[in-house]
Order: sequence, then structure tokens, then C-alpha cells
Amino acid sequence: MFEQIAHSRLAVGLLAVLAAGTFAAFFLGRRRALSIVSGKTRELHSRPSYHGYLVALTFLLPGLVVLAANAMIGDVLADRLALSRLPAEIAGLDPTEKAERINAALELARRPLSDPSRLEGEAIDASVQAYATLAAEIRGQVKLAAVGLASILSAIGLAVALTRIRREQRARNQVEGAIRGLLMLCSGVAIATTLGIVLSLIFETLRFFGEVSPAEFLFGLKWSAQTNIRPDQVGSSGAFGAVPLFYGSLLITFIAMIVAAPVGLFSAIYLSEYAGPRLRGSVKPILEVLAGVPTVVYGFFALLTVAPAVRAFGDWLNELILAVAPWIEGPVIDAQPTSALAAGLVMGVMIIPFVSSLSDDVINAAPQSLRDGAFALGATKSETVRHVILPAALPGVVAALLLAVSRAVGETMIVVMAAGQRAQITADPFQDVTTITVQIVDLLTGDTEFDSPKTLSAFALGFGLFLITLVFNLIAQRVVKAYREKYE
Amino acid sequence: MASGAVSGAGATGDAGLKAVARTKVRARNVSVFYGPKQALFDISLDMPEKTVTALIGPSGCGKSTFLRSINRMNDTIEGCRVEGEIDIDGEDINDRSIDPVLLRARVGMVFQKPNPFPKSIFDNVAYGARIHGLASTKKEMEAIVESSLERAGLWNEVKDRLNQPGTGLSGGQQQRLVIARAIAVNPEIILMDEPCSALDPIATAKIEELIDELRLNYCIVIVTHSMAQAARVSQQTAFFHMGKLVETGDTELIFTNPRDTRTQDYITGRFG
Repeated sequence: MFEQIAHSRLAVGLLAVLAAGTFAAFFLGRRRALSIVSGKTRELHSRPSYHGYLVALTFLLPGLVVLAANAMIGDVLADRLALSRLPAEIAGLDPTEKAERINAALELARRPLSDPSRLEGEAIDASVQAYATLAAEIRGQVKLAAVGLASILSAIGLAVALTRIRREQRARNQVEGAIRGLLMLCSGVAIATTLGIVLSLIFETLRFFGEVSPAEFLFGLKWSAQTNIRPDQVGSSGAFGAVPLFYGSLLITFIAMIVAAPVGLFSAIYLSEYAGPRLRGSVKPILEVLAGVPTVVYGFFALLTVAPAVRAFGDWLNELILAVAPWIEGPVIDAQPTSALAAGLVMGVMIIPFVSSLSDDVINAAPQSLRDGAFALGATKSETVRHVILPAALPGVVAALLLAVSRAVGETMIVVMAAGQRAQITADPFQDVTTITVQIVDLLTGDTEFDSPKTLSAFALGFGLFLITLVFNLIAQRVVKAYREKYE
Repeated sequence: MASGAVSGAGATGDAGLKAVARTKVRARNVSVFYGPKQALFDISLDMPEKTVTALIGPSGCGKSTFLRSINRMNDTIEGCRVEGEIDIDGEDINDRSIDPVLLRARVGMVFQKPNPFPKSIFDNVAYGARIHGLASTKKEMEAIVESSLERAGLWNEVKDRLNQPGTGLSGGQQQRLVIARAIAVNPEIILMDEPCSALDPIATAKIEELIDELRLNYCIVIVTHSMAQAARVSQQTAFFHMGKLVETGDTELIFTNPRDTRTQDYITGRFG
């Protein structure tokens, strides 16, 4: 307990010292700059404050970088060091047991020395105990070293920066360079994260293709990802043909777009061309609230309300067909409790705002001069919209639709709840189908081992999904860009 | 004071016209409001057939507003209200029996910035004729397009690329294209709202030449900021100031011998 407090006290204390030092460095730097020109600010290349900022930065950054590095990789480094001093009684064990003991020791080392749980429980092996103590010690040493290094570097930075202050020093440029670097770093985080995710997807996908052939994955028509966990199980060896999943995703997306494209587009036309500014100002935000409804809410709406209604409608349709055509035998439509249609309809409602909001923007962006030109020729409002405004806004509308598609393909909650589980290729929307996203959820929830093809296939599916949405987004971006160039 | 000055100026202005042509558009006591704000005050002006009437005046004086009330384009602006009477051939265009959509086919309009549609050159010109059903066969449509482009002085420059987008033409060509587009629906009146303000001097000269030719067949009303242009292309000039019609009359008279000091100050460049 005490150590933990000491630990956090140390961190707070360090930050306080850094902060105070930074302030002090600023004032020191500014004063020194002023004293060099004996108060005549004009003679300096940069304003005195910039000299202050520069000194403060050269003090702060080295220490901060070392401490940050320690926070990120300090413990890992310490554990590596500890590994090289592994006691003989552990090193000599067989690999599985060795790993187990090392993990136990490291887990133990994470707890503070005074933690009573350290001594509780079933007798902890003495070798583990000893190794834990060693690991904890090394961690402490690494931490201490980091703090020391940080102090030394910051002190050096401060001293160097102070002695380098000159009349003609371009302090402002250097400070602004540092600011620019900081901003770049932030945008770099987003890019690096994306890159990391994509790379991990690619590597896991490659591992998956090491066990299942790409041809089976891409062209196989049977999906059954249940591999046997124990050799004595009667499970199948698993089938990884992803075509039914891609088909399911596209079928539901198609149904969703049938709903969202006309409704979204027409409401966009209404909002931008027919509604007055007051009405538009209140209706548009309401429509956009649709985009803010959590998808899980749509999901249970789909499951509890829409799916039963769709099923009832399917059954009714079936009876109607049989009544009209009594010579047909057996059910024509075998409506299921969950169905592609139910999920697609609800998903369509969900993506309406994606279509309408963006379309509304591009339609609005069509120059007023085009409307005037058409009106002045005696075109009616609907003629103007159909013949002049929509063709002018078409690329933007297409982009809006593509973005909606990529949103629909990647949507998960609604399909998990309302689309069903059966991997099948069917044109009947009353049947249940499964999608890429549903299968990914299925594969990775519950008990999983991380190197079976079953788990790895989730990465391959995720990668496929990523590629699909990437292509849609890229096309949409291109189209929007071309449109912008034309009218701005 | 305003109405007295206006009607007085209008009456003497009409009498001052050299060639006495039949009045095509007759505006009487036209006032326009944007919401609570009045933009035009009791404008009375006669615009004769086969004549170019130039509307001049400093920015914001209401000349464009007046122009837009002749083809009821002001209807498309929310909160805009037009009072008074505008007759075309003696027919009140604000009467309930007149559909503004059909009125605008009779009154063509050319705007400040060339605004070709995102369509081919051919379709740009054919558009108006198509929606008004002026051609029943493809041949007729081609004839309409050709003669319109011909009259707009653009045919020779574009006859080999009628299928290319109208937006690809130069600014001056685009302006002649939209003039051809207006001509194609067979209007009786052509309104031009600063048609040359976005063009270079050479393109401007071409448009002015074109206006002079079009005058033989149409009643033309043009808003311009260029005194020289008004003097070159128009036969009748009306000077607007702060929403009021200050003076109107034969162009030559207005420019050589303005009655009102405000007109004189404006055309000699002392304000505006």
C-alpha cells in the first residue's frame, strides 16, 4: 500500500518538478535574452518571450521523452533484463512449466512488496518468489535510471539553451518549428494507428491463409467455422468458404439501399429545394438525430418489432400466393423469425441520414445561378431539379450513396440481432442469412483459442470487409473531389 | 415628391424618344419589397419594342430588382412582394391567370455570370425548347439549335463540338451560349442583368454587337454599370437611384443633357 502511494507520489512529484522547471526555464531564458541586449528588445531577432519558450522547451522535452518512454517500455525492458538472470531451477524446467512460472513471478512482481496477497494463497514456489523479488528490484532500478537520465538530460538541455541565447538567434523560428512538430505528431498518431490496425489485419490474414487456402476462402460456398477443439470431438474440420457471408452482407446492404437511397435522396431534395429555410433549419437536425441513435437500439427494434412483422407479412404473402395459385404445392415463402429483409429494412432507416444529409449539402452547393437560369427559361421547379440541379449534384449524390453503402456493409449490431446465423446463398429475403460482421462477432466472442483457423478467419473476414469499405470510400472521395473542382 | 418626379420624368422621357415605337412592356407604380424593406418605389417606365432600354444607377439602386420583376423572377425569392402593375402587350403579368412559368418563356433572361447547365452545348440550347415542346422532331430541334446559335453569333465557333459540355467554353462564349439558350424558346423580350461584367473587353464588344443585332427583333432591357456600354447599345436610358426612377429618356439626351443633377453627377462619375 505504502509503496503504491509512494509510487504515485513520485510520479506527481516528478511532473511538478518538470512543470516548475519549465516555468523557471521560461523566465530564465527571457531574462537572459533581455540582459544580452540590455533591455532593447528591438535588437533581438526574436521577441524575448520566444527565447523563454525555446529554453523552456529544451528543458522540458528531453525529460518528458525519457519519462514517456519509461512509462511505455520500462517494465518490458526490466522483464527482459530479469529474464537474463533467470534462476537455474526455473531455467531448467520444460518450456510450458517454465513459461507458467515466469508469468506467475512477473504477476507477483507487479504487486507491491507490502501487499499481503503476495504471501497468501497456496504455497508459492520459493523459486518463483525469489524470481519475483528479483524482477521487482530490476523494475525499480530501471525506473530509477529513467528518472536519473531524465533529470540529467533536462539539466543539460537547460544549460545549453541558456548559453546559446544570442542577439541574432532565430528563437521564434525554432519554437514554431517545435509547435509544428507537435501538431504533426498528433496527426501522425491517427495515421500510425490506422496503419497498425491494417498491418495486424494483413499479418493475421496471412497466417490464416497458411492454414486455409485463399481459393477456398474466396470461392468456397460452404461456411462452417466450427473446428474441433479436442481431437476426440466429432466436429468437422471446418469449412471456410466466405462467399455466403459476403453474399449475405451484400444482400442486406442492397435491401437497405433500396430503402435509404430514394427516401434519403427525396428528403434531401425536399429540404434543399422545397422547404423554406426555417423548416429546413428544424427538420435537418431532426433527420440527423437518426444517425445518432445507437445501432444496438436499431438492433432490438429490428429483432422485436420489424422481424416478427416481416415474418407475418411473409406468411400472409405465402397464403395469398397459394390461394391464388392452388396448383402450387407446398410453401412458396418460408418466412423465418429473423430475416435479411428485417435487418435490411431497419438498416435502411438507419442510413437514411447518411444519404440525405450529404445529398442535401451537395444539392445546396449547386450554384444558384443554375436554378435562376432554368427558371428564367420557364422551367418548373421539378424540371429544374430533375434536369439541372440533380445532374449538377450527381457526383456528390453518388458519393453520398457510396458512403452509405460502406456504412451498411460494415454495420454489425442490427445484423447480429435480426439477420440470423445461417450461412446460405438465397435470393429469398424472408430467409435468414449471415454476414461478415455477424460471423466476426461469432468467431471472437466466447471461448476462443488464438491460433486456430476459426479465430484467424475472423481476421481474414475483417480484412475483406476493410477492403470493401476502403474501395467504396476511395471512390466516393474521388467523386466528391472531382465535383468540388468543378463548382468552386 | 418621389411619385411626382417619376411620372413627370417618365412622361417627358417618352416624348423625348426619337423613334416612336410601340410600347412592349409598361410598368406603372411598381414597388418591390424584400420582407419589410422596400427596394423599389413607384416605378413607372415604358419599354418599347425593338429598342434597347438601359437601366443604370449605382449598386443597390434597385435596377436588377426591377428587371427581375418583368419576368417574375422575384417570385423565387422568399419574402419578396411586388406591387403595382406590369403589362406586356397590355396584359397584366401579375394576374392570376398568368403562369409565371409560361411568362418566362416569353421573357428571356441573361445573367451577370454565364450559367450554362452541366450539359452539352446542344442540350443547353435545346433545353428550353424541349421543355416547352417547341420541336416535335429531331430535325426541328436541330434547326432551332442551329438558328439560335447562329443568331447568338456562336454557331461557327461551336458547330463542330455541339456534344461537348457547355461549361468548357470561354466566358464570352458561355455568355453567348446562354443568350442562344434564351433565344431558342422564342421570347419577345430579353432581359440582361449586367451581361458583360464578367467578360473581357473583346468578349464584351462581341456581346454588344450581338445586342445591337438582336434589337431588330426583340424588346431588350439591359442593366449595366458601364456608362459607355449604356451609351453604345441603348436607345432609351433610365437612371435609378435609391430605389427610385430619377430620370428616363432618349439615351443621347440623358448623356448629353441630363435634367436631374443626380443623373449628371452619376454619369460624369462624381458618385456611384
